[in-house]
Amino acid sequence: MTTAISTSGLHKSFGRTHALDGLDLEVETGEVHGFLGPNGAGKSTTIRVLLGLLRADSGAVQLLGKDPWHDAVELHRRIAYVPGDVTLWRNLSGGEVIDLYGRLRGGLDQDRRTELLERFELDPTKKGRTYSKGNRQKVALVAAFASDVDLLIMDEPTSGLDPLMEEVFRDCVIEERERGRTVLLSSHILSEVEALCDRVSIIRKGRTVESGSLAELRHLTRTSVTAELSGPPNGLSALPGIHGLDIQGKRVKLQVETDKLDAVLRQLGESGVRSLISTPPTLEELFLRHYQDDIRDEAEAVAR
Amino acid sequence: MTAVADTRVSAPERTGSRDLAGTGTLLRLALRRDRIMIPVWALAIGMTGSSTLSRMKSTYETAADRANVAKDMNTNGALRSMLGVAFDDSYGALTAWRVGTFLAAFAGIMSLLIVIRHTREEEESGRQEALSAGMVGRRAGLTSALLTVAIANAAITLLVVATLAGEGSGGALALGLSIGLTGLVFGGLAAVAAQITENARLARGLAAAAVGVAYLLRMAGDAAKDASEGSSHVLVWLSPIGWAENTRPFAQERWWTLLLLAVLAAASFAVAYVLTGRRDVGASFFASRPGPAAAGKSLQGAYGLAWRLQRGTLLGWVVGVALSAAMLGGVANGAGDIVGDSEKNREIIERMGGAQNIDDAFLAAMISLIGVIVTVHTATAVLRLRAEETDQRAEPLLANAVSRLRWAMSHLVIAYLGPVVILAAGGLGAGIVYAAAADDLGGELPRVLGASLAQIPAVWVVTSVVVLLFGLLPSYTTSLGWAVVGVVVAIGWLGPALDAPQAVLDLSPFSHLPKLPGESVSAAPFVWLLLGSAVLTAAGLWGLRRRDMTN
Repeated sequence: MTTAISTSGLHKSFGRTHALDGLDLEVETGEVHGFLGPNGAGKSTTIRVLLGLLRADSGAVQLLGKDPWHDAVELHRRIAYVPGDVTLWRNLSGGEVIDLYGRLRGGLDQDRRTELLERFELDPTKKGRTYSKGNRQKVALVAAFASDVDLLIMDEPTSGLDPLMEEVFRDCVIEERERGRTVLLSSHILSEVEALCDRVSIIRKGRTVESGSLAELRHLTRTSVTAELSGPPNGLSALPGIHGLDIQGKRVKLQVETDKLDAVLRQLGESGVRSLISTPPTLEELFLRHYQDDIRDEAEAVAR
Repeated sequence: MTAVADTRVSAPERTGSRDLAGTGTLLRLALRRDRIMIPVWALAIGMTGSSTLSRMKSTYETAADRANVAKDMNTNGALRSMLGVAFDDSYGALTAWRVGTFLAAFAGIMSLLIVIRHTREEEESGRQEALSAGMVGRRAGLTSALLTVAIANAAITLLVVATLAGEGSGGALALGLSIGLTGLVFGGLAAVAAQITENARLARGLAAAAVGVAYLLRMAGDAAKDASEGSSHVLVWLSPIGWAENTRPFAQERWWTLLLLAVLAAASFAVAYVLTGRRDVGASFFASRPGPAAAGKSLQGAYGLAWRLQRGTLLGWVVGVALSAAMLGGVANGAGDIVGDSEKNREIIERMGGAQNIDDAFLAAMISLIGVIVTVHTATAVLRLRAEETDQRAEPLLANAVSRLRWAMSHLVIAYLGPVVILAAGGLGAGIVYAAAADDLGGELPRVLGASLAQIPAVWVVTSVVVLLFGLLPSYTTSLGWAVVGVVVAIGWLGPALDAPQAVLDLSPFSHLPKLPGESVSAAPFVWLLLGSAVLTAAGLWGLRRRDMTN
């Protein structure tokens, strides 16, 4: 597998603000890569560097094997970008914008365009401001999915879409992957990321804090276990990797780091297990852990 | 349910204080947003009177000088058209004559900008929606905009009155009020324009056209008739700026013309009020029509898009300038009937349009003024780039296979070639009418057309300065760009008449052009201006390629 996007040690500051502080990002060709992080973490800045709209202060960036700043035009022929907030020209119809974007990329598949307009239920004859937020978003999505490109870069592309359209969007992304295209998907909708992405990168304060497949990341987090035992539990508190242990008679609630799960189950088995509920960590929990770190850091900074 | 539905249906249209809820908060917001713009405008307009007065005092030292200048200027239709009618020869009256109508027009431009900015632009951007969802009445937005514009015009009036009261308090008051009330009139007309179109750009264009037409009517009327000996021509009476002129400050003021201005302002406010209460937030009275489902051949790429976005504005300019120039061409013929014999007058004419003959001098001055006005078009065309950038339409466009240079050039082609087309239209308009009246189409038309096209290098210098700002100082492009245009326009309109020092005049690229038609032409100034423009443009584009896109 080759690399579609690769950045390392990316730095970018605006005046005193360090938007990117040594960001690393690797996206393999043909995968759907989730790009997560709290507001202001630097996701959009990263994307704008990838598009050659901003020039990184330092660090290496490669997109499809090229430099996005110097080879912007050549690269953009093979890229479709969907911003999170689509603004249209007031006197151009949606259909005109879709065609214009297609002409400015590698070209537009007319059959696919017709099909997508139907699936997204988008009226291409309306103009600029008369579209609702969601419909403006659809204009950019149709233009992107109908374009003949290798890489799709999407910055919170589904903001404003209704659940039905969100479903259509997911189908489209899966189709893109089946065609062998690469997708970088920045999103706050974790169910969307969980359903679509092969791998994710989580960034915080302009730095990558976690990167890998969802299975790998889950491995790093805690599984919740609730058990009813036949006798009182013992020795649990001595085990490593256990958090939030709560014993009430024969009922046990705990969280355990996933790689320490085995030892806990064995210990529970010794007391005899009547029932057991084990929940794998959701992406949301994974995510919240990083978000809350953020909040805790800030609280500490204030306390100091 | 029924009860709820009933009250909704039968509820009378309430026009009480509820409609105005939140006006105070919105007013403070508007003043906070305009805390720099309004003082700058007010000072620039309000202080011009007193600086003109001191110029007058140093230029025309004796009573005989003053009497001569007033008499000579008034006897010449072309000069009356350009500068207005001098109703008396006191320093105060001469000051009102030189800058009164000019300042009234500028107060109008300031007012229309303020009103559109706080009404239609707020709605178009969607900001008004968020505000209207608060404790904000249906008419609060419009009311706060009109109050803002009233405050700005009141500041101008006070400045004029305070700085000119030494020449006679009645005259100062009349001049101040005529300027301020004219501002309010165009603010009111802008408020109406903001109700009937959804497009802030178009609303601004309509209101600006109203100012232009009013000024042209004043010019045409004054050209046709010397009003110092009686009543003004009927065309002058069709123009609010003509009413302001006819207040005749420092020359037996006619206070009742102020009433005309006040009534028109109040009437336009009322129309805007009625309209704003009857429409939806963000909507207008003309529903947006559906467009084509697919892009046509002309929307081919960056250039097709830029043309699509700018062609309407360009067309408006071409038509407007061609018609105005044709009117001025008609006025110019016969300008040479009487040449003033005052030394001072000859100097002024010479500075404005060259000394060869009065017809040529007048044509040259007019064509130069048209060139100066066309810088507004070229600046608008360049600033469109910045607007696309800040409105976040440039980014997705540049994420396609469009280089920054290509994107910039797509708009700059219009910024550079648009003025050529406009000036050609102006040259043809003035030339055909003037040549037809002079019965020398083959001889005069090429001279006038050539003189008009000769303005191009100076226009391009302004274009390239704005391009330079766009490339190197993106966040200040709009404000500094308009400041540059403002300085060039002010020098062009006021500089020669005010007898400004050559160093100041030289700041404007137009001062370096020969006065055409009439003067002899050498290549040097054209070469320098073209060269300067090319260098500045290149530097701006170089900056654009290196800088970050911002929004």
